[in-house]
Amino acid sequence: MILNGLLLLPLLGGLVAWLVGVRHPAGCRWISLVSLGAYFIALMALWADDAGRFTLAADPVWLLQFDHAWIPQIGARYHLALDGISLLLLALNGLLGLLAVATSWQRIQERVGFFHFNLLLVVTAMTGLFLSMDLLLFYCFWEIMLVPLCFLIGIWGHERRKYATFKFFLFTQAGGLLMLVSILGLFFVHGRATGVYTFEYERLLGTASLVPGWAPWLMMGFFMAFAVKLPAFPLHTWLPDAYTEAPTAGSILLAGIVSKAGAYGFLRFLVPLFPRVAESFSTVAMALGVIGILYGTVLAFAQSDLKRLVAYSSISHMGFVLLGVFAWNDLALEGAVVIMIAHGLSTGGLFILVGDLHRRLGTRDLNRMGGLWTLAPKMSRMGLILALASLGLPGLVNFVGEFLVLLGVYKAHQGMAMAAVIGLILALVYSLWMIQRIFTGENREGWRIADYGGRELAIMTVIVACLVGLGMYPRPLLDEAQPSLTHLQSVTTDADLPKSPRARTQEQPLAGHGSAAADFLK
Amino acid sequence: MRAVIVTIGDLYALLPLLVVAATIVVAMLAIAVRRVHLVTAGLTLSGLALAFVSLFVSGRFSGRPVTPLFIMDGFGLSLMGLVILAGLVVALFSFTYLERGVEQKEEHYLMLLMAVLGAMVLTISHHLAGFFLGLELLGVSLYGLIAYQTTRARGVEAGVKYFVLAAMATALVAFGMALIYVDTGVLSLSALNNLARHSGLVTLAGLVLLLSGIGFKLAIVPFHLWSPDVYQGAPTPTTAFIATISKGGVFAFFLRAAIMLDIPHRPCLFTTIAILAVISMFVGNLLALQQRNLKRLLAYSSISHMGYLLMTVLAFQPWATTAAILYLAAYFIAILAAFGVMIALSAPGREAETLDDYQGLYWRRPWLALVLTLSMLSLAGIPLTAGFMGKLILVAGGISSAFWGLIFSLIFSSVIGLYYYLRVIVSMFARLPDKEPEPSVPATMPWPGWIALGCLTILLVWIGVYPSPFLGLFNTLSSLGG
Repeated sequence: MILNGLLLLPLLGGLVAWLVGVRHPAGCRWISLVSLGAYFIALMALWADDAGRFTLAADPVWLLQFDHAWIPQIGARYHLALDGISLLLLALNGLLGLLAVATSWQRIQERVGFFHFNLLLVVTAMTGLFLSMDLLLFYCFWEIMLVPLCFLIGIWGHERRKYATFKFFLFTQAGGLLMLVSILGLFFVHGRATGVYTFEYERLLGTASLVPGWAPWLMMGFFMAFAVKLPAFPLHTWLPDAYTEAPTAGSILLAGIVSKAGAYGFLRFLVPLFPRVAESFSTVAMALGVIGILYGTVLAFAQSDLKRLVAYSSISHMGFVLLGVFAWNDLALEGAVVIMIAHGLSTGGLFILVGDLHRRLGTRDLNRMGGLWTLAPKMSRMGLILALASLGLPGLVNFVGEFLVLLGVYKAHQGMAMAAVIGLILALVYSLWMIQRIFTGENREGWRIADYGGRELAIMTVIVACLVGLGMYPRPLLDEAQPSLTHLQSVTTDADLPKSPRARTQEQPLAGHGSAAADFLK
Repeated sequence: MRAVIVTIGDLYALLPLLVVAATIVVAMLAIAVRRVHLVTAGLTLSGLALAFVSLFVSGRFSGRPVTPLFIMDGFGLSLMGLVILAGLVVALFSFTYLERGVEQKEEHYLMLLMAVLGAMVLTISHHLAGFFLGLELLGVSLYGLIAYQTTRARGVEAGVKYFVLAAMATALVAFGMALIYVDTGVLSLSALNNLARHSGLVTLAGLVLLLSGIGFKLAIVPFHLWSPDVYQGAPTPTTAFIATISKGGVFAFFLRAAIMLDIPHRPCLFTTIAILAVISMFVGNLLALQQRNLKRLLAYSSISHMGYLLMTVLAFQPWATTAAILYLAAYFIAILAAFGVMIALSAPGREAETLDDYQGLYWRRPWLALVLTLSMLSLAGIPLTAGFMGKLILVAGGISSAFWGLIFSLIFSSVIGLYYYLRVIVSMFARLPDKEPEPSVPATMPWPGWIALGCLTILLVWIGVYPSPFLGLFNTLSSLGG
């Protein structure tokens, strides 16, 4: 029930905020803040409870589960489950949602109610996405998330918002539909082999080994969807437009949490479902990751639009995640999870900074900035810390992730690790170069801007505190992710045979649903 | 010649048809006594409602032939139910539309009822004569409905266009039937099933002519040329009728005939229909891209949806009928909702049909904009709308029959299609144009229209979120009688 609560909290909060927002804009901001705050606190409580290693659940894998029939005719179930990775990503989701509401406090002044509704709908869809253990349900959340994001970009975005909306929507939809075909492919392969037609993740594990000839094609469907979202190198072209044209809150969500949906998909679905194929495909995928890292950093140099620069740097960071996931060993996976959290925080922070600068200066053009340090010292210090985090300075959480990924990748493929290190060095250069051009040098345009006020400073302080705190003491993060990652790895090693329908510890009567299901689809 | 004996049971089984036919007579007499719009509309609505209720009576006779022309089975009954419900919704919309200044209001309902009757006949015919009967009842009433407002030049033009082309299609169908009869000596589908398997070129030619007639009514490529003009020219309630009931009825017969005649095992026809399906998907979606007129856009969108639906015709699998019913239901709901919104914003003199009329609609009429958004999302097949469930079952069925070419055509053409659905949505949520469009349309819609729209919206989301009861119902109803 807690899991349903996590879904309903932002959804209902969003609906109420929408209705209230028609009359009282301020009221709807508070409602959004309170509902997301409650969401975040609930997750923190779960995390704290879990510190004693899975005291909550009798199940060795899942902290919490909720399983209910959804469309019995085709064997689809409403199955939510929470484990360490989901918990971390949900916490990030809640925190970034809070930051997005806070940073829009004064920035969004028109259609406030609808804005917050869309914002909270994205949070809801992401929650569902990270919890779904039924592939059809997962697909539904995957697609639902698009609609409010498109509204956020299309209504409150910058000049070229329409173009960006269309591009974003079409790319992700195309990927999503290919994934749907693959999901249905797995569904039928499993159904024909075992007589149980189901979309359930745990039952479909190992299905791919039944059809070695088809498995690469089925995997490609998933790969396309996740690679578009992540984004991985050749499929990234929607990203600079979408990230740049979105309003700040939209960029935070897109970069901070939506891109994690792709990473999560690789981690939870692609590799466990297709372990053999993923293994033989790993060199290609890791190469794509490295290309993404280098390509993102090089293009980040070439940007004069600050927001585009951050967007390209984001491609490069997500390249590390791709690299880590496909290296598929303890260190690399832990690193990938840490980078997901770290990138969410640091890039979210950078987008907030860009938004703050844009609001003060009226431009995002780096060539016109300069000399802001003396005018706005607090802002500049925060910006510097964010840039340092983004370049992976030891002591900040990004370093932990990148270091672990590089260690893990080195074990799997030395050449890739070496190439990726070059990306790290280049990241150092463009990050510092960015700070230099914004905050130091000569104030050629004669800017006079206000420094951070209390609200803005509070937002930045939260982000920086998380970055530093988790950077100094990443243990809780690693501990939380560790059991789930171990489980995922064990799944891929003994996945040669399809699992016999597992005896469930709970809800026994429902376990046999699959046999009668899908009778008309055979 | 065997005498046809009609038993009491047959009459019960045909009750929905009889109720609608009786309603036509009663409504006509009522008009003769005194012209009152409300009374005629009320009679129409109650007649249709009664017909829907009487479906449950005829459901008891399900699974048996009624006269040589018709057969009562789950598939026919469920599609007939859909047709009647859609007829109700169209009648409600017509009331709103006609109230806004059409001179002669009452005859519209007579023709509407007759067209509904024609579509109902189509859903249960398993005999080519029955098919022809239904087709003509539907077609002839539609000529009148399309050109209903003689003051609108475009309406008359569309009426004439439809008349000429539909008459041509009818001629093709009649000729095709004649060829089949010459070769085999029978017209009933079940008899044809046995004979046609061994028959020669003449029957095949007849079948192809029939296919072109059906293709015309469904507006699949290359028989689609009339559809954008007629969609645009016809009064909006009639357009909604053409897009839903007319196509649904004809499709019901098509699917039944395809299954009875075992199309999947006739490579020649199979390939032809598969090619038509693929072309329809792509042509429909590609031509819709540049449309700035919502009615024309929906015309092309319908073409592509019929292309998707043709997959069920090719399947000859148990899933086909269920998928067809679910898909048609989802399509009906979404299309009717879209036209309902259009009617709410239109007056007979000036229809809200260009995308400019919808610019910033959300900020003026939020509820209408939300309904139209949901309907576009459903037509595009986004999850949590009925359209997604329809498409899911369709794609799932296609994969189980290994129609890979058709599946990927569906996928890629729907990605193209997303663009124009999204464009409608984006323009509704765009900022208001600087100059307000002239408020030629009353800001309020009579409550019947709101009720219809509300029900459609609820169904749209309900089927999308929790389709299990509907799927169960359609699955039990999907049986095809002998």
